Parts: sequence; structure tokens; C-alpha cells
Amino acid sequence: MAHIPDGVLSAPVLVAGALVSTGLLAIALRKLREADLPQAAVLAAAFFVSSLISVPLGPSSVHLLLNGLMGLLLGWAALPAIFVALLLQAVFFGFGGLLVLGVNTMNLALPALAVALLLRPLLQRLLSLAPRQGSSVLAQAVPVAPAAPVASADSAAAVDAGPDPDAGEGATVQTPAESVAEDFISPRQRHQAFGAGVAAGVLGVTLTAVMLSGSLLLSGEPFAPAARVIAITFVPLALVEGLLTGIVVSFLLRVEPALLRLEVMRHVH
Amino acid sequence: MAELPGPKRADSDQVGPALGLFDQAFDERSNLLAVFDPRARVIIAALCAITVVSLQSLSMAFLALCGAILLAWLGGVSVRRLGYLLPLELLMLVLILTLPFSVPGAPLLQLGSFAASAEGLALALLILFKANAVVLILFGLVGAIGAGPTVHALASLGLSTKLCQLLLLTLRQIDLVGAEYRRMRLAMRARAFVPRSDRHSWRALGWLIGMLLVRSLARGQRVADAMRCRGFDGQLRLLQRFHWQRGDTLLLFGALPLLAGLLLVDSS
Repeated sequence: MAHIPDGVLSAPVLVAGALVSTGLLAIALRKLREADLPQAAVLAAAFFVSSLISVPLGPSSVHLLLNGLMGLLLGWAALPAIFVALLLQAVFFGFGGLLVLGVNTMNLALPALAVALLLRPLLQRLLSLAPRQGSSVLAQAVPVAPAAPVASADSAAAVDAGPDPDAGEGATVQTPAESVAEDFISPRQRHQAFGAGVAAGVLGVTLTAVMLSGSLLLSGEPFAPAARVIAITFVPLALVEGLLTGIVVSFLLRVEPALLRLEVMRHVH
Repeated sequence: MAELPGPKRADSDQVGPALGLFDQAFDERSNLLAVFDPRARVIIAALCAITVVSLQSLSMAFLALCGAILLAWLGGVSVRRLGYLLPLELLMLVLILTLPFSVPGAPLLQLGSFAASAEGLALALLILFKANAVVLILFGLVGAIGAGPTVHALASLGLSTKLCQLLLLTLRQIDLVGAEYRRMRLAMRARAFVPRSDRHSWRALGWLIGMLLVRSLARGQRVADAMRCRGFDGQLRLLQRFHWQRGDTLLLFGALPLLAGLLLVDSS
């Protein structure tokens, strides 16, 4: 129900939505490099397909909005992805309308941007801590307490020992241990990633509900009861969306952390 | 592709709407509007939508809805596709049930201390007609062209090159990622996965979405590499050329007075 159909909203709301969406879209498209277009398109398609999965909830089922997850993973690139999805849904499935496309895009995209600005840096910091936290577990095996210095000393030793044939035994023992430490993700990190995902999902849905109700209310006082009904239907969605986004993020942390730092990858390329 | 489950079918294993339908025209019935240039159809669809949304009188909105049904019929939209309108009608139901009670006016029905006003019901019906009319116009004029030609038309009408490229790539990838999704879903079903409202199901579906993203990242890198190998330079080269014919001009100039007349009668 995140798609408002045509004919409901008043002209000022429609114009405002169109202007905001066009402006944001222009910025987002300028930030998107041509070389990244295929990647953005495939991920947009993946989000499109995922949003069609019906997630059972009680006697009914819901479809996820996924704008929180998009903001978290794609950053600004979430905007064109959202717009493309809404355009296709409006023209081919009749979800939403043509003139409300701006408002509908804004209602999903601004929350995604909020997640991108608020939670994405948090997740990046969590990820940048990843190797150190992993090594601190290794350091626990060593009786000496301070975690980080020991870990760096260890890695230095491993690098030194690697090419040295004389250090044979040390190299074979330490290099696998080091690589395990690099890959190891502590339960705490997983929980933090899960928490970041939950926050992204809940924030995305809640802000969308607020904006949706807001755009209805701004169009006329009589829409207040309908806005309330719609806002209530978003409560269970926010819970499921938070849970699933959390599961997805903690899954990605273990399986493909590269997806959680797409921006970083772009600088490497 | 043959199966076309409605979007509201709960716990269906399929991806809601049939994704393969993006690639070609609806092709469900003969499309009598196919003779016109896609650009003309996109322009007229936009003009119609603007006109319909500005209508204020119930009778004209109803007339517009009838016109929209005619357009959808001419465009070859099948009755099956109308199943997609269910979520829209659900929202309309909410409006029809709430608006009569929140719009002040002559009481139509008294329920305790709440009075349903005729004005509220009229407003709800007006919105119902307009919303359905716009969607049917979109189905008949734009949706029936098929996604590829629609994007080509948008591109030659001046939509941003990057956005058009993203649209074309995404359209193609929705098919492929959708196939990937169906494979994974089949594998889950082969392991007797039935989606239920419990922790296990949610975790499985979360991992499914995660895995879909992981595979899409790899796929995206392969696609980008393959495109670079073939000399992709960021330029949009349209493969379809449209020919604007006299019929398109006539259609455009025939539609304009019709829409203007509708607006005139509406405001008087």
C-alpha cells in the first residue's frame, strides 16, 4: 500500500513530490558512474524481484518495501533503483499512477536516503572494525591482554615469516591462523550487523508510513481516517521488514561483505 | 510465463506478477492501437492522465473511466491483467469506507453518532473513477506497447540517457534475476520448504533475499565486464527506430480537442 494511486492527492502535493523527486534523481544519476550502471541495474532488479516475495505474517502475508536495505547497501544509487521499480509497477501492474510517481518516489526514496546517511556510516565503521575484532579473538588465545597491538604484532610476524624459509614452522602455523582471524566474524559483530539491519528496515518503513500519511493529510483534512488506517497497516510491516532486513544484513556480513561496502569497492576499481 | 498468478495470492511460490511479460507487448489480445507510434501513445497517455486527474465532476470522471476502459480494450489488455488492480481497489475500499464519515455535508446514513455524508461518498467515487481510469489508460496506451519500446519512446522524448540505460538493463535483469529466484525457490520447495509465519520461514526468506543479492553482485560484475569487452562507452544506442506518420499527428490532434472538451464540460 505504499503506492498512492492517481486522483487522490491535491495538485500542490503532486507538484512538490515531482520537484523533490526530480531533483534528488538528478543528483543521484550524476553520482552514478556509467561504468557502474550494469551493477546498479542488476541490484535494482534483485530488489525488484525481492519486493515481490510474499512474506507470511499471521493469517496474511506482506510484501517488503526494502527501501531501508536499499539505502543501506546502495546509498544514493537507491534512488534510481526505486524510481525504475515504481515506473515499471505503475505502467505494467497498475500499482500507483503516473502523476503521483513523483510523490511515491519521494515517499520511498527520502527514507532510503535517511538510512543511507544515518546508518550506512555506522555499518561501514562496523565493517572497518572487522579485521581488528576478528584478531582480538585470536589474541584471547595469547595470554597477554591488550588486543589490538598484539594482533598487529601477530600479523606483522606472519608477514615477516611468510617468505622466510628458515621460519618454516612459524609460517605454516601462523598464516592460516591469521587468515582465519581475518575471516572470522564474532557473534557480537553479527548481532551489531543484525541490529543495523533491523534499524534500517524499521526506519525505512516507519518514515515511509509517515510520509505517506503526510502526503494524504496535506491533500485534505477528510483523508485523516484513511491515513490512520494505512499507518496502522504499516506497523506489522515495519516489524517484519526490520526482522528480515536484519537477517539479510547479518547474512551478507558472513557471506559477501563486499555488498555492504559497495562504495569502498568503487574506489578500489 | 504462461502462468500469471495475481499479485495477491498469498504464500505462492511464484514471483507475484509474471516477470517475463516485460519483454514483449502484452500480446494477450489483438492490439488495435499498435499502428500508432509509441511516442504518440506515451504523449497521449500523459495528457489523458493530467486531464483525468484534474476532473472535478462525478459524471465527467465516469465518462473518462468509460473512455479508459475503451482504450484498454483497444490496447488489447486482457481481463486477467485487471487482477493486478486488486491492491488499488483495496485502497479505494478504505477511502470509500472512511471518506463519507470525514467529509461534512448532507447526512446520507446515520450510524450512532457518525453520519455518512453524500459529499464524502461522491468524493470517494470521484477518486475511484479517476484512479482506475489513469491505470487503465496506462495499461492500454503504454503498457500494451511492451517495456522495450516504451523505454525507447521515453528516450527519444528526452528522458535522461543514464536513466533509460538503467531502465533497459534493469528490465533485462529482472527476467534473469527472476529466473534465478525461481530456481532457488524450487530448490527450497524440493527440500519441503513451506512458508509459514514463523522464525524459520523468515530466516529462510531473509537468506533467500541475501543470496539473491550475492548472486546479483557477481552477475553485475560479469555483465559489466562483458559490456566493457564489447566496447561499452556509456552511450545509449537505440536499436529501434520509430516512424512518426500522419496517423500519429492526426491521433494527437484528435485527442487534444477531446480532452479540452472534457475539461470544459467539467468546469461548467
